Amino acid sequence: MAKNKMHLLVCGGTGCRASASDSISESLKQKIEENNLQDEVQVIFTGCFGFCEQGPIVKVLPDNTFYTQVKPEDSEEIVKEHLIKGRQVERLLYKDPDQGEIIHDSKKMGFYKKQIRIALRNCGFIDPENIDEYIARDGYFALGTVLKEMSQEDVISEIKESGLRGRGGGGFPAGLKWDFAYKNESDQKYVVCNADEGDPGAFMDRSILEGDPHAVLEAMAICGYAIGSDKGLIYIRAEYPLAIKRLKIAIDQAREYGLLGEKIFDTDFNFDVQLRYGAGAFVCGEETALIHSMEGDRGEPTFKPPFPAESGYLGKPTNVNNVETYASVPVIINKGAGWFSKIGTEKSKGTKVFALAGKVNNVGLIEVPMGTTLREVIFEIGGGIKDGKKFKAVQTGGPSGGCLTEEHLDTPIDFDNLIAVGSMMGSGGMIVMDEDDCMVSVAKFFLEFTVEESCGKCSPCRIGNKRLYELLERITQGKAEKKDLQRLKNMCSVIADTSLCGLGQTAPSPVLSTMQNFWDEYMAHVEDQRCPAGSCKELMRYEIIPENCVGCTACARKCPVGAITGERKQVHEIDQDKCIKCGACVQACKFDAVIVK
Amino acid sequence: MAKIKSLEDLKKKKDDLQKKVDLRERADNPENYVQIKVGMATSGIASGAKEVMDFLIDALEKRNIEAVVTQAGDMGYSYAEPTIEVKRPGEEPVVFGYVDTKKADEIIEQYIKRGELVDGVLPQNYRTIDEE
Repeated sequence: MAKNKMHLLVCGGTGCRASASDSISESLKQKIEENNLQDEVQVIFTGCFGFCEQGPIVKVLPDNTFYTQVKPEDSEEIVKEHLIKGRQVERLLYKDPDQGEIIHDSKKMGFYKKQIRIALRNCGFIDPENIDEYIARDGYFALGTVLKEMSQEDVISEIKESGLRGRGGGGFPAGLKWDFAYKNESDQKYVVCNADEGDPGAFMDRSILEGDPHAVLEAMAICGYAIGSDKGLIYIRAEYPLAIKRLKIAIDQAREYGLLGEKIFDTDFNFDVQLRYGAGAFVCGEETALIHSMEGDRGEPTFKPPFPAESGYLGKPTNVNNVETYASVPVIINKGAGWFSKIGTEKSKGTKVFALAGKVNNVGLIEVPMGTTLREVIFEIGGGIKDGKKFKAVQTGGPSGGCLTEEHLDTPIDFDNLIAVGSMMGSGGMIVMDEDDCMVSVAKFFLEFTVEESCGKCSPCRIGNKRLYELLERITQGKAEKKDLQRLKNMCSVIADTSLCGLGQTAPSPVLSTMQNFWDEYMAHVEDQRCPAGSCKELMRYEIIPENCVGCTACARKCPVGAITGERKQVHEIDQDKCIKCGACVQACKFDAVIVK
Repeated sequence: MAKIKSLEDLKKKKDDLQKKVDLRERADNPENYVQIKVGMATSGIASGAKEVMDFLIDALEKRNIEAVVTQAGDMGYSYAEPTIEVKRPGEEPVVFGYVDTKKADEIIEQYIKRGELVDGVLPQNYRTIDEE
């Protein structure tokens, strides 16, 4: 075997591929061959590094050089300078957003310092389309250990002891779930992986499947052994083509090695995995709806109990866990429940992956121990708020969660703490908002999503949320009255109490939490017809300050509706009835004479 | 392809494959391993740094020493090329000059394995910004 001096890891996650990382990988390979370095340097197309903000990413090892925003054209320079002459290409290195300092060694990046990667351990590290690389990282050892050395009860008690809780949102103890499915006797049981990730802005499950598909397959087999099932099903949305492709490759490779199929590890245990495709409906992330969708029925939830562990897919006992939950399982078996339960807080063990989005400098995918504070996540890992603006709120838990403010920044993040302050963990979406974001509009945005995604089966959700949305719309247009706010509150509690499934029950959460934390902002919209953040279009007013206006006519010429009038060298005026609030005049004015009120 | 039938099969397979990701795993925690930087600027390469680097990687692996070998830019000792910097875990780095494959062999056997200095140590003539 040739001695590799260097490994070039090129990010092959969906985000970086959208910016042509596959042609970067190709052109790097080509340049390496042109320079006759193919025996010394290996190019590996990996899963997501998590640092999506600055993609595409190319990482050079062993010196831990971290190149950001690489283009295919840059590959020649990387090969000629870095690989041949040992000089880092300075202009592509990551720059710290705070100090503007160039970081030569990725170990020193604030983004990675606080992270512990368990579920993401192999993402951005191995080639996900090569089972050998997974095995080299202790892959399938957990399955082997379980089959050869542990009883079904041992496995379940190990998972129970680890304190692993479902990462899909509910936070239900995984070991307990396995135990229920184990105890319900049946001729056939099923292991289901919920890969129907639906929260806006969340992409951790996709990244795990794209970057480390074998981890999920291995864990499903372990679960199959524990509960006594020989059939695994992954319910994945068809909108994740890359994840599907890599899963299929992984399943084929595992079958070839005999790690899936019959008589695994020469025992009597058989297990195989199949894929089931979803059409991308949010409600199908709810386990009963997911099961109906897999059976070919409408993706509508049904009342629990019976829980899937009793009567799930085709009426048989079924264990449903989320991708991230499964991805943690092999590590727990390999390193022991004790190791895992040392990480995290008292009631939430281990780590959690978050998709950090919105107005932060380092948008991306991160994994931190439970109990890390929001401040650490947003300001240290996230690198603070963009453009030096002020932090206003962070939305966690997607459309079912709530907004947290400055005063919650030092709250250690775990399942129970987030619920205590009026939000929830959800699947781990985290959207950061700054002073320019209007909280009423934020609530409206999430409600628009729920209205769109409601399956329509029960009326509180189908009709109630629609009415909620309309009320919010009236508020943002300045047409609401004070008593509407009370109506809004009442309706929220009725919808939460009477909806059939989690989708409807939690749909009012964004409204309730923004009302609780930003009551003044609601009042300003209703009482003064004013949007304090200056983002609600209908409430904006463009005006010309007479002292600053020199009568240059620039704004009048730019105005698309002829709303601005005035003689040359005279003060201009805006006709509010004609104005469509496009903002063209503000950009046209060189004298700061047009302001937004 | 051969099926994996037992934990031993899997272990054997892993050991064969381990080398593929060794370099990456060590790069994750370089401070735990012997770190060697080889000066690979034009003058270094001209005096044979490339051969020395290849030799180091090869020899360290054969002698089962876990190390991270990286190439660096010009270290400034143009009179003593090729130069290499060796850092044993938890110790200060030491720079050796005039390193050919024979010298490299000596460095591995005496300094890296046993911590005894060999001839050819260059005085450190700079401070790095990390120390400031």
